[in-house]
Amino acid sequence: MNAKQKILAAIRRQSPARPSLPSLDEAWIEYPDAQAQFAAALASVGGQVVEAASFADLPAVIAQLPPMEQAAKIVCTVPGLPLGNCVLDEVADPHELADVDVAIVAGRFAVAENGAVWVEAGRLRHRAVCFICQHLVLVVPQSQVLHNMHQAYQRLTFTEPAYGVFISGPSKTADIEQSLVIGAHGARSLTVAMVAGWEGV
Amino acid sequence: MSNELIVTDHAKAAAEFVRDDARAHWHDQALWFVRVKRDRMAQSLPEWETLRAKAAEIKAHTVGHLADYLEQFERQATALGAKVHWAADAAEHNRIVLDILQRHGVRQVAKSKSMLTEECHLNPFLERHGITVVDTDLGEWIVQLRGEPPSHIVLPAIHIKKEEVGELFHRKLGTEAGASDPKYLTEAARYKLRQVFLESQAGITGVNFAIAETGGLVVCTNEGNADLGVSLPKLHIACMGIEKLIPRAADLGVFLRLLARSATGQPITTYSSHFHGPAPGGELHIVLVDNGRSSILGNDDYRRSLHCIRCGACMNTCPVYRRSGGHSYGATVPGPIGSILNPARDPGRYATLPYACSLCASCTDVCPVKINLHEQLLTWRRDLAAAGKLSWSKRAAMKVTAAVFARPGLYRLAGKVARFCLRHMPRVLLYGPWNPWGRQRELPQAPRRSFREQYARRPKP
Amino acid sequence: MPRVGLFIPCYIDQFYPEVGLATVDLLHRFGCDTDYPTAQTCCGQPMANTGCVKQARPLAQRFVEIFADYEYVVCPSGSCTAMVRHHYEEYFHGDAAYAKIRERVFELTEFLVDVLGVQRVEGSFPHKVGLHQSCHGLRELRLGRSSETVGPAFNKTRQLLESLEGIQFAELTRPDECCGFGGTFAVNEEAVSCMMGLDRVHDHLQAGTEVLTANDMSCLMHLDGLIRRQKKPIRVMHVAEILAGCAIPPAPQG
Repeated sequence: MNAKQKILAAIRRQSPARPSLPSLDEAWIEYPDAQAQFAAALASVGGQVVEAASFADLPAVIAQLPPMEQAAKIVCTVPGLPLGNCVLDEVADPHELADVDVAIVAGRFAVAENGAVWVEAGRLRHRAVCFICQHLVLVVPQSQVLHNMHQAYQRLTFTEPAYGVFISGPSKTADIEQSLVIGAHGARSLTVAMVAGWEGV
Repeated sequence: MSNELIVTDHAKAAAEFVRDDARAHWHDQALWFVRVKRDRMAQSLPEWETLRAKAAEIKAHTVGHLADYLEQFERQATALGAKVHWAADAAEHNRIVLDILQRHGVRQVAKSKSMLTEECHLNPFLERHGITVVDTDLGEWIVQLRGEPPSHIVLPAIHIKKEEVGELFHRKLGTEAGASDPKYLTEAARYKLRQVFLESQAGITGVNFAIAETGGLVVCTNEGNADLGVSLPKLHIACMGIEKLIPRAADLGVFLRLLARSATGQPITTYSSHFHGPAPGGELHIVLVDNGRSSILGNDDYRRSLHCIRCGACMNTCPVYRRSGGHSYGATVPGPIGSILNPARDPGRYATLPYACSLCASCTDVCPVKINLHEQLLTWRRDLAAAGKLSWSKRAAMKVTAAVFARPGLYRLAGKVARFCLRHMPRVLLYGPWNPWGRQRELPQAPRRSFREQYARRPKP
Repeated sequence: MPRVGLFIPCYIDQFYPEVGLATVDLLHRFGCDTDYPTAQTCCGQPMANTGCVKQARPLAQRFVEIFADYEYVVCPSGSCTAMVRHHYEEYFHGDAAYAKIRERVFELTEFLVDVLGVQRVEGSFPHKVGLHQSCHGLRELRLGRSSETVGPAFNKTRQLLESLEGIQFAELTRPDECCGFGGTFAVNEEAVSCMMGLDRVHDHLQAGTEVLTANDMSCLMHLDGLIRRQKKPIRVMHVAEILAGCAIPPAPQG
């Protein structure tokens, strides 16, 4: 018997109770102002929100962000947003992204309860860019702010190979005497650019 | 220094820990603060108790159908292009991981936090076979550099002061002598570990949740080290205990709302990565590990301990854990849940753990999946006593006391004698090394007459 | 008149009879007829908590026989009550006599509030009271909302104490952390037990507690032992004594 058969047989030999799966249909929390809640939640984890009145205003809004000032290498994967000077699709090896200063990536939706943005980084040639960059900017349609994680999972189906990640704020650690330090291994800063009048990528 | 802990006498280790009063209070306060943050998060969600109840039901259902869900998970994950391996025990897990690494010619691995790999002692096994393993979670890296095990499953270096980290980094990384600013030290770690991510040929992660319905894996970190570790090299090995399964992707709504709030008092970890199949051009290997879990599943009393999502909230709330430190448990998983899981593995070695507890039940009240921790700890005491693991003196004391209590006349006499001694014996006889109560406490002031004597003398209404 | 069988814990019988007498006074005041079955000794908790089921079983069986015929069984201890209500099942497995008792055994304050419907207790207690939340009473009998859980605030013991004239409550930094008694834990893990107890004492000192009280004399025995050794100016009284209008004891001599 191989390990799989051994393990499954060992489990099936037991007869624990087999309760049914509960329904997830409950009145989960909703906020009077999901945008404001998202901004507050993101701020509490060290991120920040900036707003663009339209997609056309976005380049100016992002260009003004502090990390952009000294940025030498910028990757932008948002179609129609000419802010990058390094085209991700032309990078052969993700190791070459080690010196990326700013990455600007689209997020599909945001979650008010915890300041998280769902990023389908698996669609990018190199998902690593979201983690290896020094500063991350996520571009999100303002109309796509959900209240809670249950609503988030109602939006998501996983039927094919894919990689997605909820990103909430910049990377951080409190592993040294519980002192919060922003910027552990991933991005040192996280800005969410909320764009009005845009339905996303 | 060896990574193996030999301390299994919790009381002795705890007494040692408490001896450094200032440090013990510092440790206690640090963990209490995490508990307070957790409370704030819980109070901010009116549906908190509903979430806990749902989580408990989902886990009970999953464990009740575990074999079916494991098979479903394997089918789905394989269909996505992942390779699923099964390991009956720790040794098999280690061999599987080694084999995968060797076949790919891996010389160095970046590993993100995985209590399962700690449980299997993967690191020393790989090192013995000439593969370098770097633990990339900052707290894990710190204890790895110190050559000691983590003392908490979520906050591995909670027992270490920043000056000690500074001194460690000075020796190992060449940071400035005497520097202890966490920002400076973290920056040094960022720089050094970045090299590791860029130079490693493989990444190993744990698994917070595996989704049976979709064949996906969820890994949660604050630092981004899991993603960096597996998005640069082409090889990702994910190691998980078989109890990490959940049935549906929608169930993540419940668990991701509970996990970080319970663990660190934040609404969600910075990164919650959902892996469905390997990256294009890459390989994803998933190792499913039993290592005693299927036998716990067979035990009505302890089955619910398999619901554990390894959040560490029970450790943060445990007044004993806070004042004795994770190392005093001598096991990979310490604290209340550890005191239930470890005796199952080795009752002789871990017999003192269920007694490292005042039965306050705070652990049960914080557990996001509503494991009846304090009840299982009590049940362990019953099982250990029945298996003859109680010390002779404890057994004798209980036999004598029970015999006295079974005989009212003898009980009354014993009470009279005790009160007489308390009132008349000189201090030097009452308080000595034979009286552990009296080391730091006064004994009760004994009355001349017991309640029953006084009640009997009362005029009847 | 409700007929109450008095369940007086062994250590109260022998070392803190005044707590038992205060319990009797309270029950009489609220219209109960009390009886003290003298055959009782101990509910078996120390044995059960050590895992010595064989030694606990006969004591549990004695208990159920002794208290079989009372309308109510009332006990000035959360942990002893919890023992009977929650931890006796394994000795009885559906036995009818035990099932009957389980429905009728109450800790003192829950009996006053839930069964007798007492809303206020007449009397004055112009002191700052530090209410220690004994763990079994709080998290097993649910005498109040524990700080870990989310829901409407309530606390049966505090509710009764609050009705006393002049009473004030000390605000603790950790309102329901365990005192560290834990039965044999107090002796087997003496170092941690005393560190926990001293931390409680310091919390009460910083909060200005004059009188430290609780539902369980076992917690108070441990805390009082520490307070008297440290010669701290905190007096210790059981909740029954405060509610019954007993005088406060003298402060430890500093």
